[in-house]
Amino acid sequence: MKKLLLAALLVVLCLGLCGCHGSRDSSAFEIPASFDTSRNYDITFWAKNDTNVTQTRIYEKAIRDFEALYPNITVHLKLYTDYSRIYNDVITNIATSTTPNVCISYPDHIATYLTGSQVMVPLDGLMADEKYGLKGSALLFDSPSREEVVPQFLNECVIGDAHYALPFMRSTEALYINKTFVEKLGYTLPEVLTWDFVWEVSDAAAQKNADGVYPLNGQKVMIPFIYKSTDNMMIQMLRQLDAPYSTADGRIEIFNDSTRSVLYAVRDHVKTGAFSTFKISSYPGNFLNAGQCVFAVDSTAGATWMGSRAPHMDIAASQVVDFDLAVRPIPQFDPEHPVMISQGPSVCVFNKTDPQEVLASWLFTQYLLTNDVQIAYSQTEGYVPVTYKAQRDSVYQDYLSRRGENSDLYYDIKIDAAGVLMDNTQNTFVTPVFNGSASLRDAAGQLIEETAKAVRRKKTVDDAFIDGLYDQISSLYRLDQLGAQAGGRASRKDLGPLPATSVLLLGALAAVWVLLGIVFLKQALKKRRAS
Amino acid sequence: MKKILALTLALMMLALSACAFAEGAPAVMSHEEFVNAELDTEVTVETYVQAKQSWWDGKGTIYTQAPDGAYFLYNMPMTQEEYDQLVPGTKIRVTGYKAEWSGEVEITEAVFEILEADPFIPEALDVTALLGTEELNAHQNELVSFKGAVVTAKKDAAGNDVAFLYNWDGSGQAGANNDLYFDVTINGNVYTFTVESYLCGEDTDVYKAVTELAIGDVIDMEGFLYWYNGANPHITKVVKAAE
Repeated sequence: MKKLLLAALLVVLCLGLCGCHGSRDSSAFEIPASFDTSRNYDITFWAKNDTNVTQTRIYEKAIRDFEALYPNITVHLKLYTDYSRIYNDVITNIATSTTPNVCISYPDHIATYLTGSQVMVPLDGLMADEKYGLKGSALLFDSPSREEVVPQFLNECVIGDAHYALPFMRSTEALYINKTFVEKLGYTLPEVLTWDFVWEVSDAAAQKNADGVYPLNGQKVMIPFIYKSTDNMMIQMLRQLDAPYSTADGRIEIFNDSTRSVLYAVRDHVKTGAFSTFKISSYPGNFLNAGQCVFAVDSTAGATWMGSRAPHMDIAASQVVDFDLAVRPIPQFDPEHPVMISQGPSVCVFNKTDPQEVLASWLFTQYLLTNDVQIAYSQTEGYVPVTYKAQRDSVYQDYLSRRGENSDLYYDIKIDAAGVLMDNTQNTFVTPVFNGSASLRDAAGQLIEETAKAVRRKKTVDDAFIDGLYDQISSLYRLDQLGAQAGGRASRKDLGPLPATSVLLLGALAAVWVLLGIVFLKQALKKRRAS
Repeated sequence: MKKILALTLALMMLALSACAFAEGAPAVMSHEEFVNAELDTEVTVETYVQAKQSWWDGKGTIYTQAPDGAYFLYNMPMTQEEYDQLVPGTKIRVTGYKAEWSGEVEITEAVFEILEADPFIPEALDVTALLGTEELNAHQNELVSFKGAVVTAKKDAAGNDVAFLYNWDGSGQAGANNDLYFDVTINGNVYTFTVESYLCGEDTDVYKAVTELAIGDVIDMEGFLYWYNGANPHITKVVKAAE
């Protein structure tokens, strides 16, 4: 009988092991009871800056200050200037288990990282940890409490049912306006501009003389309205129209009539010469500063490149013209209820086999939310600190109050741009995050780019063109497959008959159990007869 | 009778083939015709690969030059294997759209085919005397050289004089494969030159040479005459000028 029980146990164990195989690449992170300061830790931090040396220096200072507090942790900084390069490198390094410890990312990208098993550390437990969590008792720095992190920004880091990042900086898009030109054309600039207003003024600005010179600026170049990020343009226009984009679980809904109406607006105003994009023409700020643009939409984190007194300039001084620059929220369909995107870098933590190393990574991640780092970094561009603790700090309030004192730290356009987000935090939104949401975002922008290019290439943009474009973009970005995945989850679609190998395996397992049962019964009967 | 029928059929097939070829293969432009073509129109040119900037996400960016002028092929769709075949000197026929981005005239969304031909690698054209003149634009994207340039100080973030910066403002770092920016004085004027890291990365001789420059060095340079709101040569070779 003992032999029989042993055999059954072995079978069960084997089955259990088979079930485990492939389910995990590494173990889930568990928070250590305490941080082991007797050991040394080397952690890598992959960061993104806006090709801005001040931001680089702030990262470096934050690392120095952190290492002074935790001498057993060494942080190695690797700098990027492009989110897509970080994303690509992380994906490559997931395959070789050489991911960084801490990384600046967008939630869309984190959703893809999460398709690997135990690659990312969910931060909910860490945030709530009494000793090492936000405002934890064992921290060696003054961290914000959870309530002091702006809830909208923190919620943007929820993917599925857990937080997989902390917000680092937030921005939105702003409309940078050559007010001098608007008024020269006979218009008065409202506080919140409608799309109709922007299109109308842009069409007027696009009028040119027979000799090719634009009367508005006396030059042969004028692109009245340039949009930097056309994915944001499409996403925000759809949200303002309350039109579908995607569901939370990844069903693709962008190919609809509202999208079509946006594309027709793009068509009409590319045709008049009123509208272009960064990908087609160049940076909006360059045209704006050269007096060749009336409306430039770009990130608030690009504010230091806007205006004839801008601290950063990408064109020769001889090309810069003097004009009054105004900053407003992006154009709206309903100016009474403005809607705009929230964007900006977040910080995620990668899982490692050593929980102490992960804890060291978490401590550094959290350090990036301290007031010194938050305030200093936000001042480099039109960013907003992600904590109320930093926003309400007297140092930050003093910074805001000194708007316009100079064209560097207190550059008025930069502070105005940050103000657009501070004043509208409650009017911001983010798009659903799922594996593939980054592709959908790219596709949203590409619809506008392809439409604009088609008009420039004298192609007919009509319903047939847009139908074809929908098919092309859906296929190019594999949105048809994403949609099928989401639909599959929702509808539990029939997967067909089991493969023959599976049938064979299950049959063999059943046969083993039947044989064991027969042996067991035989033994029991024998025992009864004997007794 | 059968022979006449066969001959007629053969002639008809030849004519049909010629028609198909004529419709399928757009006319190849000279460089002058390319320059005169409107932006956003379809163009076809035959040119020779000179250097490759990068392959990324199924697209390659290529510097090319024919005997009568140069073409920058931006984000041309291709596989990694196709990209690897495009070695310097390879002749290709390219059909795409003429575009302009920040002053850089390029061909985008192009398709290409490799042609059988002897390789062509031009001599670098000395344009030192053309710097600062409008005439320089006529040589956009060509392999050019600049002679007798004096390395001139740039300021780093701390205000120190340095011979070069990682990224335009020093925001990059060694080991991160950032672009290099350095100033030189030619004919009394200061110009900024770039080592574009996607074209010539950290492991190349020119990248190493620039990181070893000292203020006051007199150098000769070669590179491709890229344009970004003005001339922005992508330097591929730096040597100390002969004493």
